Amino acid sequence: MLLTVKNLHAQVADEIDKPILKGLNLDIKPGEVHAIMGPNGAGKSTLSSVLAGREDYEITDGTVEFSGDDLLALSPEERARKGVFLAFQYPVEIPGVSNKLFMQTAVNAIREENGLPALDMFDFDRYAQSKIDLLKMPKDLLDRSVNVGFSGGEKKRNDIFQMALLEPKLCILDETDSGLDIDAMKVVANGVNSLRSPDRSFIVVTHYQRLLDYIKPDFVHVLFDGKIIQSGGFELVHALEEKGYDDMIQAHQQLQHNQK
Amino acid sequence: MSETTQYQEINDLLSKNSSYKEGFFTQTIVDTFAKGLNEEVVRAISAKKNEPEWMLDFRLKAFAHWKTLEEPHWAKANYDAIDYQDYSYYSAPECNSCSSDCPSGNKGLSMEMDPEVAKAFASLGVPIYGEDSAEKANIAVDAIFDSVSVSTTKRAELEKLGIIFCSFSEAVHDYPELVQKYLGTVVPYHDNFFAALNSAVASDGTFVYIPEDVRSPIDLSTYFRINEAKTGQFERTILIADKNSYVSYLEGCSAPVRDSYQLHAAVVEVIVHENAEVKYSTVQNWYPGDEDCEGGILNFVTKRGICEGAHAKLSWTQAETGSAITWKYPSCILKGDYSIGEFYSVALTNRRQQADTGTKMIHIGKNTRSTIISKGLSAGKSDNTYRGLVRILPSAEGARNFTQCDSMLIGDQCGAHTFPYIEVENATAKMEHEATTSRIGEDQLFYCQQRGISEQDAISMIVNGFCKEVFSELPLEFAQEAEELLAISLEGSVG
Ligand SMILES: Nc1ncnc2c1ncn2[C@@H]1O[C@H](COP(=O)(O)OP(=O)(O)OP(=O)(O)O)[C@@H](O)[C@H]1O
Ligand SMILES: [Mg+2]
Repeated sequence: MLLTVKNLHAQVADEIDKPILKGLNLDIKPGEVHAIMGPNGAGKSTLSSVLAGREDYEITDGTVEFSGDDLLALSPEERARKGVFLAFQYPVEIPGVSNKLFMQTAVNAIREENGLPALDMFDFDRYAQSKIDLLKMPKDLLDRSVNVGFSGGEKKRNDIFQMALLEPKLCILDETDSGLDIDAMKVVANGVNSLRSPDRSFIVVTHYQRLLDYIKPDFVHVLFDGKIIQSGGFELVHALEEKGYDDMIQAHQQLQHNQK
Repeated sequence: MSETTQYQEINDLLSKNSSYKEGFFTQTIVDTFAKGLNEEVVRAISAKKNEPEWMLDFRLKAFAHWKTLEEPHWAKANYDAIDYQDYSYYSAPECNSCSSDCPSGNKGLSMEMDPEVAKAFASLGVPIYGEDSAEKANIAVDAIFDSVSVSTTKRAELEKLGIIFCSFSEAVHDYPELVQKYLGTVVPYHDNFFAALNSAVASDGTFVYIPEDVRSPIDLSTYFRINEAKTGQFERTILIADKNSYVSYLEGCSAPVRDSYQLHAAVVEVIVHENAEVKYSTVQNWYPGDEDCEGGILNFVTKRGICEGAHAKLSWTQAETGSAITWKYPSCILKGDYSIGEFYSVALTNRRQQADTGTKMIHIGKNTRSTIISKGLSAGKSDNTYRGLVRILPSAEGARNFTQCDSMLIGDQCGAHTFPYIEVENATAKMEHEATTSRIGEDQLFYCQQRGISEQDAISMIVNGFCKEVFSELPLEFAQEAEELLAISLEGSVG
């Protein structure tokens, strides 16, 4: 198992009694693609942030194991170096820091973790260029400041570009498809598909079927009120697209009611 | 996490910085005046330096005027009134080998320099012997220890080109006409409180003259070191670039860790003639004091240059990271038509440091241009103020100014303030002003960390990115030093 999430409970730090994740379970094997869907405010971004190590959240119960490590005990940069990557719902701008410096530093931090020698400027340039072509990024990307002056869609694509450079083990995409035009969506899907491999897994958070049509997830989960209330295969996406969340949520609430 | 706790963390990270590595003290035999300031002291300083009558007169006039002035407190910096009687106004490493009437106490000193002083400069990385160590070979150095210049390198080489590069005390003896011609012409002794004080008790400094049509092939530099406790350093630097000449001049400073404030009140005068260009760069790393900035350097500096002739150009570039209090406004008087003034500044304050710095651009000539780029970084509980004046006089037809003031806050207990004063008396002037304030946010740090970059690296990456436009104006070696200084000043071990 690459990732094992057991009974995960999380809340906003300092805000007692306002739980967001309420007993979440998730198992991901190497090479699997899991889609997570669910209504606004269900906790999808919170789950992504907690896995990446954002300190805004406090874990009140449960465990997360990643490649045999206790993930929750690691700092955000240690998690990143061990192969956890998060494509942000809202990528951040860093004025004055070029994509080149930013990504060369990141790539070399991860290479160091893996016992590989650092890439110098030339090696890095060559390496980056191949990924720039793959994701159809602008030619001057490396010289521009991180996400500054990028359109919403470009920012999302830049995150996928970074993912392609870092070659993580677990890629978490938090609504990378929202705000993308159809062409950009294909480019992103293509980037993701080209990274698929037997030892790389994905968590794809999305509201729409379109990206999943391209990516073809192995599993689909519905997250509601801090828990996964239903899991299945690709057919679940079609069901949701047709009927929305209401039926599923009502059935879930009915079930809970009966259990009490 | 709430705002306060998240910034508390950044603050903790920053406050672990106590690594002022220049903070050592040199034990040496010194000749130091008793504390106190009166006319006798002024005369004694002049006598120590065996100065001619005209220099003593200049000092006495300045001193008489200084006594009528009041210490200014308009800057956005809080400090108690300074007790000027509690400082010593002259201190020099004893020079054993020359007799007591040795004119300026520094002739050919590289051979007889106190070994402890030599050691001090060596550990600061200052090449005082002008040796051809590969990396510093392209630089000439004037090293100043407390009140005297102890070594000036590469002079012979420069003399062949007619370039004068010596200590101010020597210039008074060896080039009296030049010194008299320019001393006090840009910064008159009555200019302000600290300039008057400096004119009265000026210790040493650097004198540079670049003759007509000469481009200095190497960078000239001065390294200031304050060593003795409770002494003031009052250096006086004069730099003259004659017609069609060029020089790049660098200045670096440091002082030992002390528990009482040390006073530094320098005056720099720069004269740029027709078609000449001067690049004046400073990396200031005076001791900022302890956690509460007790005992740091009080840095009150008057730096001003005049673009005398047409097409003259003067650039001030500064990276200010030290001192408990900085009060400094390197300025340009743009008198020649088409002359250009530039000011590029990075001022970093941490802990309880207070910096009030900026520039004055006085446009007199036609089609004069000025550029001001100021980057203020505040961390800890510090206060960082940009104060600038752009003045377009009626004669300055077609003058232009571009000003950009950016502030970055690191944490939530520091302050950034901007006071841009603009006085335009000619309607043809074009003025542009941009200002931004940003904060290193938890979001940016997390984004970097999520890519595997440590918090420490992320902070210095963001800070250096913010300062890039200014650092690119510094000579390469200095730019690197400035970057490292910023990193050290923001250093903290990430737990
Ligand atoms: N830092 C925070 N402070 C306060 N509330 C938060 C914070 N983070 C998440 N929440 C709350 O937790 C709930 C889950 O938010 P989350 O962002 O995880 O939802 P989501 O499933 O990603 O929604 P969307 O589909 O709109 O992106 C919401 O009610 C949200 O307001
Ligand atoms: Mg979300």
